[in-house]
Amino acid sequence: MTLETVLQVAAGGLLMGLIYALVAAGLSLIFGLMDVVNFAHGELMMLAMYAVFVIWQASGLDPMLQLPIVAAMLFLGGMAIYRGMIARALGVQFNRGMVQIFVTFGLAIFIRGAAQFVWGGEFRSVTNTWLSDRSLNLAGVYFPLPQLAAAAVCLAAFAGLLLISRTEFGKALEATREDREAVALIGIDRDRIFALGWGLGAGAVGIAGVMLAGFYYVGPNVGASFALIAYVTVALGGFGSMGGALVAGLLIGEVEAFTAVVLEPSLKQIGVFGVYLLVLMFRPRGLFGKL
Amino acid sequence: MENFITRRRRKELIVAGLLLAVAVFAPMAIRDVTALNVIILSLLFAGLAQAWNIIGGYCGQISLGHAVYFGMGSYVSTLLYVQAGLPPSAGIFIGGAVGGLAALLVGWPCFRLSGHYYAIATVVVGEIGYLLFLNWDYVGGATGVYIPIAKPSLINLQFGKDKLPYLHLVLAFVAATWLAAWLIEGSRWGYAWRAVKDDVVAARSLGVNIFASKMAASAISGFFTGLGGAIYGLYVGYIDPDSVMAGHFSILIALPTVLGGVGTLWGPILGAALLIPLKELSSSYLGGSGRGVDLMLYGAMIIVVALARPQGLVSLFGGRKHGAP
Repeated sequence: MTLETVLQVAAGGLLMGLIYALVAAGLSLIFGLMDVVNFAHGELMMLAMYAVFVIWQASGLDPMLQLPIVAAMLFLGGMAIYRGMIARALGVQFNRGMVQIFVTFGLAIFIRGAAQFVWGGEFRSVTNTWLSDRSLNLAGVYFPLPQLAAAAVCLAAFAGLLLISRTEFGKALEATREDREAVALIGIDRDRIFALGWGLGAGAVGIAGVMLAGFYYVGPNVGASFALIAYVTVALGGFGSMGGALVAGLLIGEVEAFTAVVLEPSLKQIGVFGVYLLVLMFRPRGLFGKL
Repeated sequence: MENFITRRRRKELIVAGLLLAVAVFAPMAIRDVTALNVIILSLLFAGLAQAWNIIGGYCGQISLGHAVYFGMGSYVSTLLYVQAGLPPSAGIFIGGAVGGLAALLVGWPCFRLSGHYYAIATVVVGEIGYLLFLNWDYVGGATGVYIPIAKPSLINLQFGKDKLPYLHLVLAFVAATWLAAWLIEGSRWGYAWRAVKDDVVAARSLGVNIFASKMAASAISGFFTGLGGAIYGLYVGYIDPDSVMAGHFSILIALPTVLGGVGTLWGPILGAALLIPLKELSSSYLGGSGRGVDLMLYGAMIIVVALARPQGLVSLFGGRKHGAP
């Protein structure tokens, strides 16, 4: 491999890694707040991608302009999922852990079926966007603009999440995470905080979905592979740690990109999973996990 | 107290024996091939769910990677038959043993993790197994392996078009897994495992070896899952990574237990008796058009049952409380 190839592969891994990091950040946020792993996270991303496709087909609106609309839709959707299902799942007396896992699994299967029902099984893609087929050439290394924009937006969204955690609301989130019962005594509505947490988590994955739709196909199963990477990212970074999600996302993006070149593309996930298992041998709670 | 438990356990054994007798003879009256197929699959998954129950229910370790043990069992037994001519009647047990070994191999690193970290690690292990088999030419890669049709016999465990012998084969499998769970429930191991599930710290302070308990439960669970996979391979006559190792099998193996009641003797059977017919019927009547209605129904049912009956459907029958020894 020449230096140029190495840089090119590294650039590809970096751009993808930032998307992984944002998907994982949404998952990590929800987990950190209430110990729930959302197994329908990938399906929320898939819904965001379909939303982009539908709006684009109906109005021709560019994905970049759709960003606030779809992110808001996902935010509301996440809150609705919390109010309708998760609040109930948190209230059960028996097997709480298993109920939470399987309720979100059931939701994932339901959303996948619904997508197939509405849009059929075939792959769709958004074409002819402002950015498609353009790229930036930096000293011989190509950065396709859709991927570059996606990475930049994901980084900005990530920074946004970190900023939110510094506000009054962020402090309420942190306090609710520390002690669910005690916050009620100082007038914080736990249910409202949890619902907003779900809204933010779903909104984050929605933003990733919108940007991904600019250069990736949409199909009922597209969420599954991204979700798997997201779980690995969160576990690798440490559940509940935002910084961990960023570092792990970038690491996974790079490992994936280089495995695809060194071994072969069909085995690219093997490299990711191998690194993940290896790290967990030495740090069972991930790189930055405290929980 | 001791007396009460012994009496109740004896009663459970008698009920199981009676049910088994009914289950051996009643299907002889059924001629409909589709119905027999649904019954066979339901029984097979009842056994697999019981196998999952041993690690997931009694020992409390939520494994979402059981498809690997299932697939290993069916690949080992099938390849031993196709490549080495070993009759499946012996091969299925070797398949099971390899499933158990695989479970130990997976458990050794993964049991350092707990809670969600463990669950996600098992998902990843399942995915690694799937990807490796998909790209491994010796085991047929993505093309899969056909099991050559042999003369119907017990040695080959092939019965041609006749479904009834298959039904009895999976019935024996269910009976074996149930008996294993029954024996575990009353044994020292069973008490230790439930202690691990309920409170690791307390269990350790009582001298329970946590790691060994998880490994033992995992190996037994893996053995029966591999055995079930081998039987499934024989029954369908063709295996490939998608049909025996895909991630959704891991869910399908765990789900009947969760719906029926984790850590109970009858939960896995009840859950499979409801889930598998519903899944099979909805996919043959609604899924044919590829419109996803069957998936919606399946997903909605999981959500409703999990939320409405978190302790499992088995609790509808009154009787004993969940988790009581």
